Amino acid sequence: MTDRRRLLFGVPLFVAVASGAGFYTILRRMQNQTYDPHALPSPLIGHRPPAFNLPGVANQAGFSNIDLAAPPRPMLVNWFASWCQPCMEEAPTLVELAKIGIPIWGIAYQDTPAAIATYLGLYGNPFTRIATDSSGLTAINWGVYGVPETYLIDRQGIVRWRWAGALNDAVLAQQLDPLLDQYS
Amino acid sequence: MKRYFLLLVFLPSLALAQMVTRDGVTLTAAQEQRAEAIGDQLRCLVCQNESIEGSSASLAKQLRIIIRQQVVAGADNKTIMHYMVQRYGIFVLLKPPLSRLTLLLYASPFIALLIGFLSFWLARKSRIPGPVPLSESEAARLEKLLDP
Repeated sequence: MTDRRRLLFGVPLFVAVASGAGFYTILRRMQNQTYDPHALPSPLIGHRPPAFNLPGVANQAGFSNIDLAAPPRPMLVNWFASWCQPCMEEAPTLVELAKIGIPIWGIAYQDTPAAIATYLGLYGNPFTRIATDSSGLTAINWGVYGVPETYLIDRQGIVRWRWAGALNDAVLAQQLDPLLDQYS
Repeated sequence: MKRYFLLLVFLPSLALAQMVTRDGVTLTAAQEQRAEAIGDQLRCLVCQNESIEGSSASLAKQLRIIIRQQVVAGADNKTIMHYMVQRYGIFVLLKPPLSRLTLLLYASPFIALLIGFLSFWLARKSRIPGPVPLSESEAARLEKLLDP
């Protein structure tokens, strides 16, 4: 076989193998939910959350951006809703995170106090504090485009990571855990 | 005469009075047109291949309301676009601007063209040369052979 012929057969073979390996990786990561092709990079990363002040539920105080300015340790802000299916799926993961001492503050998106209380009764309450964004306007200012979304805020009050969609053990192991180590 | 004069004065206000209500915001037809033009250029983030104008997602509706409120308040198109990009990144623009992130996207037609020209040139270069033209005596001999 001449060099030319070898090249003629080699190039398509190489392209086929390379794209096959690429597709396999993408599909496998989509399957274990560590990659979401619809996920967008958040413009909030590297910045503080925008100014907001939201009320709480059941006579508890809500919180504002000032409360997130300098947390004593890295914390999570979780946007959720009682009507949201993936929120129910990630609820056990959040409960586990709270159990190992990660502070999680929740913001209920377009929800009612009664529905929130029922939801937390059913799926457990991992939240240190809860605020409610009933209009959804604070969510727009954060760039939230669906629930659940989880933001990691470091000790300087800077957003370091955003996960759009349900958290699970694979996302924790591959992305969140290393970041928590890095920023604590 | 006076009646015609009054008519002339109030005629422009008739056009202004063409108010429309969309998603709960009331605005003039011209303002609505401008709001629609802005919404057509923005991606709905829930159903990512639809524009904010065309989508029935509740987030798209909320963003349509925000656009209309800002249009009524007198914000220019650039301000409204900036508002969206600041929150959702350049992905919200259906036609992203040329930047470091989108350079490859915009350069891809030229890269494809370059690859095409390159392979054309390589193919031409490595083409097996045709036979040498016949000499005069050979041509004469061929003539004789073909024409008995």
